[in-house]
Amino acid sequence: MTEAENLVVLTDIHLKRAGKPVLDSLSLSIPHNSVTAVIGPSGVGKTTLLELISGRLKPDRGYLLVDGLSVPDLGRRELFELRKKMGMLFQSGALLNDLDVYENIAFPLREHTRLPEPVLRQMILMKLELVGLRGARRLMPAELSGGMTRRVALARAIVIDPVMVMYDEPFTGLDPISKAIIVKLIRQLNSTLGMTSIVVTHDVHEAMQIADFVYMLGHGKVLARGTPEEIKNSQRDDVRQFLQGQADGPVPFHYHADEYLTDLMRTDSEKGGAV
Amino acid sequence: MQRQFVEIIVGLFVMVGLLALLFLSFNVSNINSATVSNPYQVSARFDNIGNLKVRAPVTMAGVRIGRVNEIRLDSASYQAQVVMDISGKYKKLPVDTSASINTQGLLGEQFVSLEPGGQQKYLKNGDRIRLTQSAVVLENLIGQLLFNNSQGANE
Amino acid sequence: MIIALRRIGAFSLSSLAATGRACILLLQMIVNLPAVVRRYELVIKQLYRAGVLTLPVIIVAALFVGMVLALQGYNTLVDFGAESSLGLLLALSLSRELGPVLAGLLFAGRAGAAMTAEIGLMKATEQLAGMEMMAVDPVWRVLLPRFLAGVISVPLLAILFTAVGIIGGYLLGVNILGVDQGVFWATMQQGVDFQQDVMNGLLKSLVFGVLISLIAVFMGYDTSPTPAGVSKATTLTVVLSSLGVLAMDFSLTSMMF
Ligand SMILES: Nc1ncnc2c1ncn2[C@@H]1O[C@H](COP(=O)(O)OP(=O)(O)O)[C@@H](O)[C@H]1O
Ligand SMILES: [Mg+2]
Repeated sequence: MTEAENLVVLTDIHLKRAGKPVLDSLSLSIPHNSVTAVIGPSGVGKTTLLELISGRLKPDRGYLLVDGLSVPDLGRRELFELRKKMGMLFQSGALLNDLDVYENIAFPLREHTRLPEPVLRQMILMKLELVGLRGARRLMPAELSGGMTRRVALARAIVIDPVMVMYDEPFTGLDPISKAIIVKLIRQLNSTLGMTSIVVTHDVHEAMQIADFVYMLGHGKVLARGTPEEIKNSQRDDVRQFLQGQADGPVPFHYHADEYLTDLMRTDSEKGGAV
Repeated sequence: MQRQFVEIIVGLFVMVGLLALLFLSFNVSNINSATVSNPYQVSARFDNIGNLKVRAPVTMAGVRIGRVNEIRLDSASYQAQVVMDISGKYKKLPVDTSASINTQGLLGEQFVSLEPGGQQKYLKNGDRIRLTQSAVVLENLIGQLLFNNSQGANE
Repeated sequence: MIIALRRIGAFSLSSLAATGRACILLLQMIVNLPAVVRRYELVIKQLYRAGVLTLPVIIVAALFVGMVLALQGYNTLVDFGAESSLGLLLALSLSRELGPVLAGLLFAGRAGAAMTAEIGLMKATEQLAGMEMMAVDPVWRVLLPRFLAGVISVPLLAILFTAVGIIGGYLLGVNILGVDQGVFWATMQQGVDFQQDVMNGLLKSLVFGVLISLIAVFMGYDTSPTPAGVSKATTLTVVLSSLGVLAMDFSLTSMMF
């Protein structure tokens, strides 16, 4: 794996959040012009990984290169310059509530460019057409369904033509049709515009469908890597448990706790907040 | 359209605020008399200035002609040195003008009252008024009255 | 005992840290001032939401305060035969204290709380994070226009409060209680000093504007991104800025008058 092939390279990344190690010697790389899926159970640190790549968090230790730049060492201005090459699709969409769909997509353009209004309009309508929501351009975010919100957010993420788009749980909470639309859009963006995509998800089925490469995370490390076929054929128990969705296995059903009987026998009262 | 509306309303808001400030400066307070136009300074020493404050009015024949600019203790004579700004409109104050500290009404603010003299020479910037009469301190006055009465009774 | 001490210690430390963060935020906003001058329409929009929408509350409150002052003042002054000083009493108490303080308190409750809630909600719904990902700094794009609008609005509202309060007192004092109109204005003009009273009141309200707006945007920006966090931050904005206005008023008054 040379740097030239990879847009993003993480080497031996360590990170603690709230005193708890989340990433523990994680190394992975994202090739140019590919769709890479990062899968793993909730809480394993997938969102954290995207926050690292986009420079919103700094690792405690390790190297992190994006487009040849060491992200943790960038100043605020350089970081913002780099972010103009990145698009990010948040799980919630993160649309600006007081702007309508059209203005939301116009937002990055208005902030970073001084394009005349007709040019702006063409660019926005093009992206809206791509996600199939040209007719919804005057709706407010509160009036959109979950699937539409995510498509608008996608249009906004790509309106400044980034080199790379990061998707945080793009399929979660969507109906099957909306899921299929998002899957189609991610593939389409990659094949027609050559955008490098990082898809972070716990939806195994969609991840396998969409990705050129798959990383599976666990315990702050990469448990398995490879093409979707290779992952599917993995012999590791923890990987198989996750892929097949079994309740118990190497990943325990129980959150870490005292032994059940001792816990029951304790007499001190349990205090909690009121609703 | 929407944006123009917002801008107009905000413009109105700011205008109304400034109008209120104008109202306060001309109708409520006395912005005109607060400043003395191209003033010259004269000083006077008093044995006691009572409650006289900086910015108190200086009047002649009841007309305001200036303001008290500075009050300090003259450490040689232990008198109060009062420096007054007199408006440039009133250049011809005789050098033997006298100054006294009076009170507006019984309990009102104190001010400096100038009484013109008869000389043909006039006060210039930096001059000192020599004839002064101290503030009437009400408590002293009452005390004196009581003292005199008791003395009278003793005789 | 030890636990109580520890609570006090932890509370002091976290308040100190928060104050530090607020100061850093203020510096960041000051650094970004030139950027927002080019986009003044952002400030205008917030001026509308913070200033114009608070205006009705201010006018109604000022009318009532002015009338109550006139009523109470008249009843006290008339015993000394000094009801001619009613105008002076109204103008001095409104321009020095009541105008700036009450306008500040009303602004904190009406607009400050709304600012905190809005910014906190934007944080909780990842709108601020989304902006950062679009290489737009929320400090200048979201916080600074609101802060500036507050700093501009509070003095304007305070002046309006004073003016409307005097008019309210005039309406009651002259039309109903029968104080002579000429005397009402004359004693006022004689006793009120523009520098000393009006300008110092204005200066006070400017300080309050900075204080309230900084607390409001900071609380929203610093909130923990949960519903409970946003509601707590909103409450804190009202409580802290009200206490802050009163404490600041005391120290400013002792310095000015
Ligand atoms: N703001 C935060 N502060 C402290 N800990 C956090 C924060 N966000 C996430 N974590 C912790 O980091 C771990 C990884 O979280 P996250 O990256 O959101 O997981 P995923 O996206 O894979 O579900 C979790 O254990 C979570 O408790
Ligand atoms: Mg996540």
